[in-house]
Order: sequence, then structure tokens, then C-alpha cells
Amino acid sequence: MRQRTLWTLVSLVAIVLAVGCSRRSDVPPVSIIPEGGGGGATGAGATGTSRITGTVMFEGDVPPAETIRMNSDPVCVMEATDTETEYYAVGDGGGLGNVFVHVTGDAIAGTYPTPSEPRLLDQQGCRYTPHVFGVQVGQTVTIRNSDPTLHNIHATPAVNAEFNTGQPIQGMTMDRTFDEVEVMVPFKCDVHGWMNAYVGVLPHPYFATTGSDGSFDISNLPPGDYVVEAWHEMLGTQTQSITIGDGATAELSFSFSAG
Amino acid sequence: MRWLHRYTRLLAAASLLLITAGGLVTSTGSGLAVPDWPNTYGYFMFAFPLSGMVGGILYEHGHRLIASVVGLLTIGLAVWLSWIEPRRWVRRLGWIALVAVIVQGLLGGITVLYFLPAPISISHAGLAQLFFVLIVSLAIFTSAGWSDHYDHPAASAMAPHADLRLARLAVILPAVIYLQILAGATMRHTGGGLAIPDFPLVFGGIVPPEWTGAIAIHYAHRVGAVLTTVLVFVTVARVLRRHGARGELTRPSRLLGALVLIQVGLGGWTVLSERQVAINTAHVAVGALLLVTAVVLALRVHRGWFAEVMEDRHSVSPAPGREMRTTSESPA
Repeated sequence: MRQRTLWTLVSLVAIVLAVGCSRRSDVPPVSIIPEGGGGGATGAGATGTSRITGTVMFEGDVPPAETIRMNSDPVCVMEATDTETEYYAVGDGGGLGNVFVHVTGDAIAGTYPTPSEPRLLDQQGCRYTPHVFGVQVGQTVTIRNSDPTLHNIHATPAVNAEFNTGQPIQGMTMDRTFDEVEVMVPFKCDVHGWMNAYVGVLPHPYFATTGSDGSFDISNLPPGDYVVEAWHEMLGTQTQSITIGDGATAELSFSFSAG
Repeated sequence: MRWLHRYTRLLAAASLLLITAGGLVTSTGSGLAVPDWPNTYGYFMFAFPLSGMVGGILYEHGHRLIASVVGLLTIGLAVWLSWIEPRRWVRRLGWIALVAVIVQGLLGGITVLYFLPAPISISHAGLAQLFFVLIVSLAIFTSAGWSDHYDHPAASAMAPHADLRLARLAVILPAVIYLQILAGATMRHTGGGLAIPDFPLVFGGIVPPEWTGAIAIHYAHRVGAVLTTVLVFVTVARVLRRHGARGELTRPSRLLGALVLIQVGLGGWTVLSERQVAINTAHVAVGALLLVTAVVLALRVHRGWFAEVMEDRHSVSPAPGREMRTTSESPA
């Protein structure tokens, strides 16, 4: 009888452990580039002198920013220089910042060298800086804690491997890479629920994040047909198709609204 | 025995506090605020500095500390029971509680290390309730009222468990409440808490116009709430109508009626407040109270059955190293 009870308990724990080995992501990405949509082809990726520039504008009334209550961590209250939500970074001229713009097309289907320079994601004033950015597949993202308080860095990708690591000491850094194309990979801090950031992982260097004036500039493109996608964390995505000649500059305009 | 009973009640209170703290963790989205386990940011759990108890860490690490205390108290209970408790099945329940709290701790660790996989998080929530039920049951079994058969003859023809309808209702009710709690936990851990954004209507009607997994589990929880409420009041009515003179039954019955109304209100308020933390957490805590109150009623209704089946002379043996003693001799 005792032996049977023991085996029942052992079996229960084994089942629980087996089920527990599956991972999942809480936050789905807005879009995922299909395999082959930019990085599946072999051979060196082409470059050129063509260019896509443009602006992303916000039309209509801008939803008001909310004040973040950081009093769950006194250090954040002291360190924070900006306590407003950054969902809608709209400049004076109506330009929309923190929009990730990237291109896809057969002309850039080859393999591009991975930049040796890491991209810094800083935790400063209990905010992520930058809030939205892009890296290439395999490029190092250096994550630094510049705050005199604890942060955890929790990436919740759908395609890449999820990770959650603590940085309890000011000045700590750690390096992470993403092996798969994914737009976007969300980051969050579970200690400070208001902290989030997004990184777009692409197989090529043809991406940009708009500044506060809404402008973007993607250069050194080879001529060809492209789909240009603009992604915003609250407003979703928009795409435009474009054909660009050798050495030409194409100008695009995206327009988002909260309605 | 009296002190053992008090100790068990203390453990039951600590268990409710632990469940509430767990509810706070999920309500604040702090489940991964401490990314390592069993350590906390590299510190041994009890050595983690108080200055680090900020933001989500306060909830998650606080939950772990309370869980540790509950674990230690459960070890104490199992040992204490095995030392002085004459009923073998009660001693065994003490050890089962210890195994449950250990498994519960492991589930908590696994869910952190694997980024809150829903099946593990739901199991963690479900086992927490079973553990609470176990501890409250032990508090009942070690109480003076239980020993004294609540001042009624054990074999009375008027014994509540002879009322077959009440006997069935008393068993079905905690099972239904537990299933309802599991549905709630599934909803909570799969992000379906606001899948139906209005209350008491459902997208302005009675039935959702379209179905997704999240809407289905949310709707199931609401339908379960209606069924549970009806079942509670049918049970309460039966007790008050047929056994109104039995305080040991009417007290938990009245409490059940009050708790179920509060719980439905909290459920609706949780939706309407868009999962405000305090309300959402209170919904978890009151749900646990509802379950154990139903269990208390069930045990008291079936007190006679325990006397006939569980407490016959074959199931009573002296605790190791102690003299034989029957429950009726117990001073509790």
C-alpha cells in the first residue's frame, strides 16, 4: 500500500515536470517575416547606392501620455527623468517617433555580415533606452543596468529563445544574441511593470527607427522591388510597395492615427 | 490536542495568506520579477536584502518567504501529528500535506524557471487550494467539536449524513467550487480575464457572438459561477430547513451564502475595474475561503460517516512511541 502511494506521488511529479518543460511566450510579436523573406537565400547580400527616406506622421488627436507611478521603487522615483508613458512619441510637427521601418525584397535576399559592434540596451532612470531599435541576426545586444536598483530583463519572443535574467547591481552588463528573424521581440521588466522595449531582428541592415520628427533613412540598398513595413507598438503595421532604381532615392510617407 | 488544533488553525491562516500573496503575484504580473529559483537574484532566499524588496520583487519574493514559513509550519504539523495523534489516517494526512507543500514549492520553482507555462501555473494554483483544504480539514479533525461529535450522538437517526440529499449536496458542492476555481485559474494564467469585457452581460447579450479559447474559458467561468451560486443556495436552504438546530451546520452555511454573493460581486468588479489589483486578489482569496467553507460543511455533515468508517477501532493505532488513546479521550 505504502509502495503504491509512493509510486503514485513519483508519477505525479514526473508528469508535472514533463509538462513544465514546454516553454511559451506571453507577448506575440506584431509580425514575423516568413522564412526566406529576407535571409533564407545563400550568397552574399547585395548592396547599392539606392535609398529610401521618408516620414511617419501621426494624424488626429494624440492620446495623452499618462504619468507612471514609480513609487513601488523609491530609487526609480529618484532616478527617473521622464515619468510619462512613451507610447506615442509625437513631435511638434506631427512626426511619430519609435516606429520601426524595415524592407523586404528579393534584391536583399542574400547573406549579410553580422555587425561586430554590439547594440546597447540601457536601463536608466527605470526606463529602457532605446525604446525601439533593430539588430541583425547574430548581432550582440549588450544590456546594461545603469540604475542603482534591481532590474530583470525578460525577453518574450515568439520565435527566438525566451530569457529572463536579473541584474541586481548597478553597472552590470550582459550580452545576448537572437538567432532568428523576428519583428518585434518585446522586452519587459517584471520588477517595474512600466518598463518595456522592442527590438526588430532582421537578416540584413536595411532598417531604421524613426526619431521624434518621424523621419527615417534606409540607405545603401541595391535597386529592386521592395515592401516597406512600418511598425508601431500601439498602432500596428503599415506596408507600402515600391520599386527603386539604381542610385535613386525614394521618398515614402506613412500616416498613423489612433482611431 | 488543543494546542495542536490551534497550531493547525494558525497554519490554515498562513495558507490563506499564502494564497492571497500568490494572487497578488499574478494580479500585479510579478511572477517573473525574480528570475532565479530557489535563490533570489543570487542571494540565499532569507539573505536577500530588504532594500531589494521593490516593485514586483516585493510580491514574488514575499510570496516565497510566506511559502517557506508555511512549509516549515507544515513540517512541524506532520511531526506533531505523528507524535501525538492516535488516528493513523489523520497522521497520514499530515504527511500528505507535507508532500503537497513540497510539490507545490517545486511547481512554483518550475513555473519561474520556464517562464510561467500555463499548465504548471494552473497546477500550482490548483494544488494550493487542495493544500489549503487539507490543512483546514486537519483543523476540523483536531477540533474539540469533531471529537465530541458536535454534541450529537454519532449514530443518531437524525444525523445529517442520513439526509441523503444533503449528504450528496455537501460532497458535490466543494467539488463544483474546486472546478470553478480551476476554471478561474486557467482564465487567469492564459490571459482571459478580460476576454469578455462587460458584466453582467456578455458582449451585450447572454452568449458570446464569437468564440476564441480565451472567451470560452471566461464564459465557462461565468456559467460556473451561476451554477455554483445556485448550488450554494440549494445546500444552504436544505441545511436551514432540515437541520436548523445544528449550529455546526448553519454557521458555515450562512457563511457560504455570504461568501458566494461577495465572490460574484468581486468577479464582476474585477472585470469592470479592468482587473484592479486589490479586487482581483480579493477574488482569489474569497474563492479559497468559499471552497474551504464548503469543505467544512461537508465534513461536519459526514461526521457520522467518519465515525462509522474512518474511526473504527481498526483505523486507530497508537502514534509511534505513544500509548493507545481513542479520540473520545482526547482533551481537545
